[in-house]
Amino acid sequence: MNLWNKLMCYSRRHSPWLFHMNGGSCNGCDIELIASLTPRYDAEQLGVRLEGSPRHADILCITGPITHNATNAIKTVYDQVCGPKAVIAIGSCPATTNVFIDSRTLEGPLSKHIPVDVFVPGCPPRPDAIIQGVAKAAEILAERAGKKQPVVPVVMPLVGPGCSGACACGASAEAKNEEVQA
Amino acid sequence: MNLTTALARLLIFPGLLFAVPAAWFFLWMERKSVALMQGRIGPPFMQPFFDFIKLLGKDTPPRRGVGGMLMKAWPLIAVSAAAGAVGLLPVLPSRGGFEGDLILLLALLELPSMCIIAAGFSSGSIFGEIGSAREAVLSVSYNVVFLLAIVSIAASQHTFSLSALAQLPASPLRLLGVLAIIVCLPAKLHINPFSLPNAEQEIYSGPMTEYAGPELAMWELSHGLEWVAATGLVATLIAPQVAFWGLGALIFVALCFGLVLLLSVVAAATARLQIDTTVRFYWQCTLIFAVLAVASALFMRFKS
Repeated sequence: MNLWNKLMCYSRRHSPWLFHMNGGSCNGCDIELIASLTPRYDAEQLGVRLEGSPRHADILCITGPITHNATNAIKTVYDQVCGPKAVIAIGSCPATTNVFIDSRTLEGPLSKHIPVDVFVPGCPPRPDAIIQGVAKAAEILAERAGKKQPVVPVVMPLVGPGCSGACACGASAEAKNEEVQA
Repeated sequence: MNLTTALARLLIFPGLLFAVPAAWFFLWMERKSVALMQGRIGPPFMQPFFDFIKLLGKDTPPRRGVGGMLMKAWPLIAVSAAAGAVGLLPVLPSRGGFEGDLILLLALLELPSMCIIAAGFSSGSIFGEIGSAREAVLSVSYNVVFLLAIVSIAASQHTFSLSALAQLPASPLRLLGVLAIIVCLPAKLHINPFSLPNAEQEIYSGPMTEYAGPELAMWELSHGLEWVAATGLVATLIAPQVAFWGLGALIFVALCFGLVLLLSVVAAATARLQIDTTVRFYWQCTLIFAVLAVASALFMRFKS
């Protein structure tokens, strides 16, 4: 690997620009993504910038269980992101459709439609977990470096409580059961 | 000034070799100081450089026909105009030969914003067109004040030559004109409160919406060079003349540095204004001072 390629890899790892897209999310993960850019978590230290246009972005962040209406939009936006690119599925919804599983209005999970590189589980995931996921995606992006590589998705470990209890997902139900039994 | 010094001025200092790192440095300083004021740590020192290199390595969408060629050409024209404007700044003393005057510098400073307007319209994106229309309105509103301020400075000192202006001692009238120019700078650099054309929460990225990869890298670079040229123009007009050229260059850089900090503070402390508020600000509030400056400059000229 020559010097220019090394510099390019290093630059890609240190300047991930995000484009955020909502695939029918409840807005929980979207708020956490914005929170990761705010002063408390400050993702800009890693060079992260939230871009307005998918043309500028390197990493596509998708939230939500992919509703029927969002499917085509997601494919279009994925094609609009210029390569090399990576996709992060934020939250449990795009990974598994979460509590909305078997709904007739859904076309999820996300990996049915576009290749996903990093899954960040949680309902919603903590901002630290999202930043960790972005860092991982930037690493994948640097390794990819223009070559067509088969996507081996990475599932990030759960950070913190994982579920705020705001939704009716399994984790909170178990926690509630334990509370009731106790 | 012979050919070697002319080339040295255009390519080394204050030309490309100085201007490009300075552009990245100013972009970093703007982001970093805004971050510090918001209680964040902010991007690392080399961030704009990494962004530039990364963008160079990205793909661009296929562009066909005359529209596509124009879309590729606009960022290059913008970069070369901004670099030329930086190269014209009379930081080092020169003897004879080609010296651009204030009018050429103004034209070169105006070209990038013209390119932005054209780029938005030739991209064919609806957001690009809205952004271009906003940029055009913004340009019409601040340029009246900006040009009047320049005219008042030139009239009060009886010259349009940049190096003569740099060598003459600053009069109170010139400081009034410089103040009017500083008020116009946030609009010229599209930072808050006049970040209308690239208002990312409203119209995605405005005229830049369809740009990607190396073309976007050129836009970023031209934005940085505009920072250097605009702050450099003000620094030239207010810098005191010193005998040793090295010290003069140092004062020039320090003044640019201070201006970037000042503009970043303004950008961090304000929110985006609406388009009609912006126009009203320049045409109603600031225009009076510019007209006063021109009137008093002309009056003093006829009196003397």
